[in-house]
Amino acid sequence: MSARRSPYRIRPGQILAHLVLLFLAFLFLFPFYVLLVTSVRTPQELFTPDFHWLPVEFTGLKYYIQSVTQSPVLTFMKNGVVVCAGILIVQLLTAIPCAYALAKYEFRGRDLLFATVLFCLTVPIQAPALPLYLGLNAMGALDSYFAMMAPFFLSVFAIFLFRQTFKSYPDEIIQAARLDGMSESAILWTIVVPASLPAIAAFAVFSVTAHWNDLYWPLIVVRSNELMTPPLGLAYFTDVESGENYGALMATAAILTAPLMLGFLMAQRHFIRGITTMGLK
Amino acid sequence: MADIVLTEAPAAARPRRLGAVLPARVAYAMAIPAVALMVLTVLAPIVVMLAMSFTDYRFGEDAIPFVGLDNYLQLLNDRTFRRALFNTFAYVAMVVPGSVILGLLLAVLIDGLDHGGRLYRLVFFLPVTATVVAMAMVWKYLLHGTIGPFNLLLVALGLPAIDVFGDRSLALAGLAVINIWSLAGFNMVLFSAGLTAVPQDLYDAAAIDGMDDKLDRFFSVTLPLLGPTMMFVLVTSTITAFKVFDTVAVITRGGPRGASDVLLYTTYLEGFSYFRMGSAAAMTTVFLAIMLVFAWVQARVLDRRVHY
Repeated sequence: MSARRSPYRIRPGQILAHLVLLFLAFLFLFPFYVLLVTSVRTPQELFTPDFHWLPVEFTGLKYYIQSVTQSPVLTFMKNGVVVCAGILIVQLLTAIPCAYALAKYEFRGRDLLFATVLFCLTVPIQAPALPLYLGLNAMGALDSYFAMMAPFFLSVFAIFLFRQTFKSYPDEIIQAARLDGMSESAILWTIVVPASLPAIAAFAVFSVTAHWNDLYWPLIVVRSNELMTPPLGLAYFTDVESGENYGALMATAAILTAPLMLGFLMAQRHFIRGITTMGLK
Repeated sequence: MADIVLTEAPAAARPRRLGAVLPARVAYAMAIPAVALMVLTVLAPIVVMLAMSFTDYRFGEDAIPFVGLDNYLQLLNDRTFRRALFNTFAYVAMVVPGSVILGLLLAVLIDGLDHGGRLYRLVFFLPVTATVVAMAMVWKYLLHGTIGPFNLLLVALGLPAIDVFGDRSLALAGLAVINIWSLAGFNMVLFSAGLTAVPQDLYDAAAIDGMDDKLDRFFSVTLPLLGPTMMFVLVTSTITAFKVFDTVAVITRGGPRGASDVLLYTTYLEGFSYFRMGSAAAMTTVFLAIMLVFAWVQARVLDRRVHY
């Protein structure tokens, strides 16, 4: 694909393409550059009428240390991890068997169930949000990890994706395992699931990215600072500090985006695959 | 091969697979946790939401007065809601062409490269993985009316400074730019996948036919073959843009004076800030109805893509 013609001849078309792409890459990366450079310079520098590419006064890790020690950024991260992990675990535990039943068994109501899954795929979280809020309130469960996770315990997208994957798993192997006396759930969890890890990993990337970055639902159910997730904590702190300390704000933003960005840089292929499975949604 | 076995099964089938007859409870036991969650977190709440849209229920009050279609009729005349709806469509009308054309341009340029394609893809995909709220703050500073680097550039070029998020006619466009930035790389990946499926022979054939001009080849060979991908990208981008919320909530809060009020943000305020659950439910119903239309189009597009 990339070496269609001799790579050693310099052609004007190639140079032009590189020039356009380099310019666009500069524009795309500029916000990230600003994020990092603002986190290592004093806020006073921002209020001078000219733009400096490098900090006049390099503050090093000062704002990062300030952010970690004086703001609950580590609590936000912990909450992000707890919420994402909790959601993902329940999603996998419920979606995998359901997808397997849809893919490999015949039972009354299967087509209806699959049609319902397809319908639910089109329903965004905002649609059931009001009743979910009222229900959680009636249970006295608002402002808890449970409230943050509960609406996402079911992933119809996972059911849809895993059903496709399981369908292509050879029936002969399943039948052989049956003849060996394995139970149906043992076949699923010890034979079919390990063979489907790529799809599960792609879904995990999608799920964690979506819920680490979600602002909407935490904004609705979370009140206490100790439970805020990274986006909510960040949004809350911009209000409190209202731009007085850009350095600390940007350092906090950098720390909270870092896990996903690093994950992406280390496992690009999985990430791109995982996130673009969203396209199917 | 699986289908053959399926068609042989009796109509009132017991669970079976390749000749194995299993008790029905095996399949049901596997499906039931997910089904229960589906009812509790999606289906029942939607029914309740629809029912609530015919009431004037306010959070914290005991009475649930039935008002029929009043909420919907009021939406028709509600200036805030109509503005939010209009803004949302205007926003979609900026984000979709911007992110689709940019994504296509990136994919085509990168596909034609001899070297460096992977690195470029990495760079352009980076914004997709970034936390929107964090980058929204950066963008807010970038486009800040006085100290933002964008304005410093304008002033340095001798142009007047612009306060993007403080200007009623520009705030929505400013938000759209952020979404184009974060969506273009996503669309690029989808287009790249579509491009690898275009057979090289077709380009060779086009060249033999005397079609040497790159642009010519793009419009007469590449673009038509990208048709199914294009439809798919258009619909997913529309859905994504339609659900805009984070940047509005963090940067403009619908302002200045409602200029960037969008559907989800207005609904959020109505339900969770003013706690007028009845009318918020009616707004949500409108939102859901529009999403279902998009989804229906998407399903038809996916269908076509399979047969293509």
